[in-house]
Amino acid sequence: MASQDEQDPRIAKISSAIRVIPNFPKPGIMFQDITTLLLDTKAFRDTIDLFVERYRGKDISVVAGVEARGFIFGPPIALAIGAKFVPMRKPNKLPGEVISEEYSLEYGTDKMEMHVGAVQAGERALIIDDLIATGGTLVAAIRLLERVGVHVVECACVIELPELKGRERLGDKPLFVLVSST
Amino acid sequence: MSAYRDKDPRIHGIQSRIRVVPNFPKSGIMFQDITTLLLDPKAFKDTVDLFVERYRGKNISVVAGIEARGFIFGPAIALEIGAKFVPLRKPKKLPGKVISEEYELEYGRDCLEMHLGAVEPGDRALVVDDLIATGGTLCAAMKLLERVGADVVECACVIELPDLKGREQLNGKPLYVLVESH
Repeated sequence: MASQDEQDPRIAKISSAIRVIPNFPKPGIMFQDITTLLLDTKAFRDTIDLFVERYRGKDISVVAGVEARGFIFGPPIALAIGAKFVPMRKPNKLPGEVISEEYSLEYGTDKMEMHVGAVQAGERALIIDDLIATGGTLVAAIRLLERVGVHVVECACVIELPELKGRERLGDKPLFVLVSST
Repeated sequence: MSAYRDKDPRIHGIQSRIRVVPNFPKSGIMFQDITTLLLDPKAFKDTVDLFVERYRGKNISVVAGIEARGFIFGPAIALEIGAKFVPLRKPKKLPGKVISEEYELEYGRDCLEMHLGAVEPGDRALVVDDLIATGGTLCAAMKLLERVGADVVECACVIELPDLKGREQLNGKPLYVLVESH
């Protein structure tokens, strides 16, 4: 589901505050830069509010944010809905005992880690990132949480690149985005 | 100045939620792990509130957060006080035109980058990170902001390691922390 379908009046401003940078990190990629959104205090506030309005009162006890841009959106949402924030990180960043999930990149693989004991079986979780492309990172995050018995309620991103079909990769997990970028 | 010394009643809860992980990232280092603080919604909220109470109404227009743990605390503070959030990042992460500031590590050098145009001359800025150790990273952050004409009002961290004398490295800029760890 995308907020665009409901034409919330805040979406247009959020969308226009996102800057597209051609050929980053390599030729052919149109990079969706959310740092300009963070410079617009009202649009940033609206972004968080749209997620909070959706998830408040839904018994979400965990917001998991994917490093690093998921760290920008996840904590304000977690604070507003009274949930824990759990950082999902690149290898060797978390200091305590971790569980790891490998995932595919275009070339090669990467790993995502979560602290053991951060979440408990039966908890209801959201996963937050700034953007969903192929969905590989979000799938790794879903797997990490499900491996310890957490129920992933939904994945939430500011931006979706629908042509990369990340939504299908999430299988039965719902995805909520604010802006769809073709 | 530190809230620890001011003995705000919320400090005890915050301090007790910080986990010390010995010998990370290498032997002899007692790593201050804030991820356990983020698992306690009340203590996490108190952390953000303590900063917000200090900076609200002080005409702060920019909160600069240092990758990656500064991204966890900075945006929540920025949203509450109505300031822009500016991420200060490791090299090659920011997609647009950047300015860079090199700084010393224990062995070797690293670099911090900021988007050009994010901050304007005359902006009043805070720099936020989870912890101040030697002060090298905070110093680089302040330099980036000052090079574009911002006025760095204060540096704010959850934790200070006073034995490492980072406070003295800040060229006279004030530092505010919630918790000291010896």
